[in-house]
Amino acid sequence: MSDLRELYQEVILDHGKNPRNFGPLPEANRQAHGHNPLCGDKITLRLVVKDGVVEDLSFEGAGCAISVASTSLMTGALKGQTEADARALFEDFHGMLTSADPTPDQLEALDKLAVFSGVRDYPLRVKCATLGWHTLNAALDESDEMVVTE
Amino acid sequence: MNETTPIITKSFDVQAIRKDFPILDDLMPGGKRLTFLDTAASAQKPQVVIDAMSRVYGHEYANIHRGVYHLSQLATDHFEAARRKVQGFLGAKFDREIIFTRNATEAINLVATSWGHANLKAGDQIILSEMEHHANIVPWQLLRDQIGIELVVAPIDDDGVLILDAYQKCFTPKTKMVAMTHVSNALGTITPIADIIQTAHDHGALVLVDGSQAVPHMHVDVVALDADFYVFTGHKLYGPSGIGVLYGKEDLLNAMPPYQGGGEMIATVTFEKTTYADLPHKFEAGTPNIVGAIGLGAAIDYLDTIDRDAAHAHEMALLAYTVEQLTAMNDVRIYGTAPEKTGLVSFTIDAVHPHDVGTILDHDGIAVRAGHHCAQPVMDHFGVPATTRASFGLHSDFDDVDALVAGIKQVQEIFC
Repeated sequence: MSDLRELYQEVILDHGKNPRNFGPLPEANRQAHGHNPLCGDKITLRLVVKDGVVEDLSFEGAGCAISVASTSLMTGALKGQTEADARALFEDFHGMLTSADPTPDQLEALDKLAVFSGVRDYPLRVKCATLGWHTLNAALDESDEMVVTE
Repeated sequence: MNETTPIITKSFDVQAIRKDFPILDDLMPGGKRLTFLDTAASAQKPQVVIDAMSRVYGHEYANIHRGVYHLSQLATDHFEAARRKVQGFLGAKFDREIIFTRNATEAINLVATSWGHANLKAGDQIILSEMEHHANIVPWQLLRDQIGIELVVAPIDDDGVLILDAYQKCFTPKTKMVAMTHVSNALGTITPIADIIQTAHDHGALVLVDGSQAVPHMHVDVVALDADFYVFTGHKLYGPSGIGVLYGKEDLLNAMPPYQGGGEMIATVTFEKTTYADLPHKFEAGTPNIVGAIGLGAAIDYLDTIDRDAAHAHEMALLAYTVEQLTAMNDVRIYGTAPEKTGLVSFTIDAVHPHDVGTILDHDGIAVRAGHHCAQPVMDHFGVPATTRASFGLHSDFDDVDALVAGIKQVQEIFC
């Protein structure tokens, strides 16, 4: 139960239940779709990118608590960031979940996103936590292909 | 058909059965007892199956139908004995009507490809049910895309029962095949397969039955059913993975062209012309899964030692208990409420995704399936992306159900 609480921290449960930046974004100029066929999670991510800065973003879709909360917290972290910073944050986030222990610098950069570090212990759930982020990369790349994680 | 009359007897001792499965003695991370509720995905293996396979690899192994030496003869004898065990298990007339494949999926692909290309033309129709596993949808779609046949879907109702009136209305003079599951893997529904076959035959159509979820739970007699093709996979029947079975009526199989070419399936080969071997070898190109087939035979032998009517009664008692417990819980919904079901419960917990349910249950050593169960049309029917599925095996007991119920309560505590 205790380490389950480490995975399902209050902030994850909260964002899973009440995702922020959730809904349509008519003025968006970038968009991508993400799909995890294993569990059926599907999201659409929309961005307003002007002069290399992510001015606004939102998402819609359905998924597990981990994927919804991760996408929700991602949208909060990226608002106002440059495209380059957004991509760098993706690398830090992905690294936290998949590679060796993250450095203190990385954890600091991740800030609130470090709440997902517990997902590292659940390799089958890493795809859930990164679905929104892979979709972000596709949106920044202006790729029309649906992002599929499995 | 197949009505196993549930006779309550004392002859099924689940605790004795549990001792046959070595994995049940193992502890899961955190020292938790294993609550294995995913037999519908793949069954655990009894020691006798493991031993039979180990014995062949250790002492009786050689390629089959090839060598003139003792070991090759021994392995061939065991392999062909396994075929006869499957023949007896399904009640087939001849052992040559039993084709070993990799799994049920390959068996269906074999029929769709070999029979389909030889017998179908553009505009011909195949009826499927709405609750087919992807394995009984996609091979027919491939054929549709190749030669222009049409797929007609027979719908299910909200209990997960095939709507027989609607099924009967699916038939047209162009209907050539019905491909139908015997038991739904996502819902547990037992279809009235004898009636389904009779109706198809009345319309001049053949029937392929996907029996993967049926054979572990009930007696099947392909002759009594008059099934044209009946497929199942070994690993759900307590045998190894990588071995499956296609039963086909001899005259149908004889008229079909080979599925794959290679060794074993030939009579003579020159660069100008090859003549094919007789059944069943015509459809078993290349060295088969020798030890897998022998392991499957051992699994059938194991099932023969069990009073399956008593096992069925136990399974139905577990199912009733699970449904009663889950129905009494707030915010838990069960999908698949057919009156005739196997021991399988597909459910959701409001506001909690099945993958989160699966992770939390796993933490208590409870293994369930979370997802769409390779039956996305079923999920679409009920308007859910996924469900959590608990399915019983011979070794399942009431402690397993109690663990599941406690696990669901914990999910709700975390998420409320």
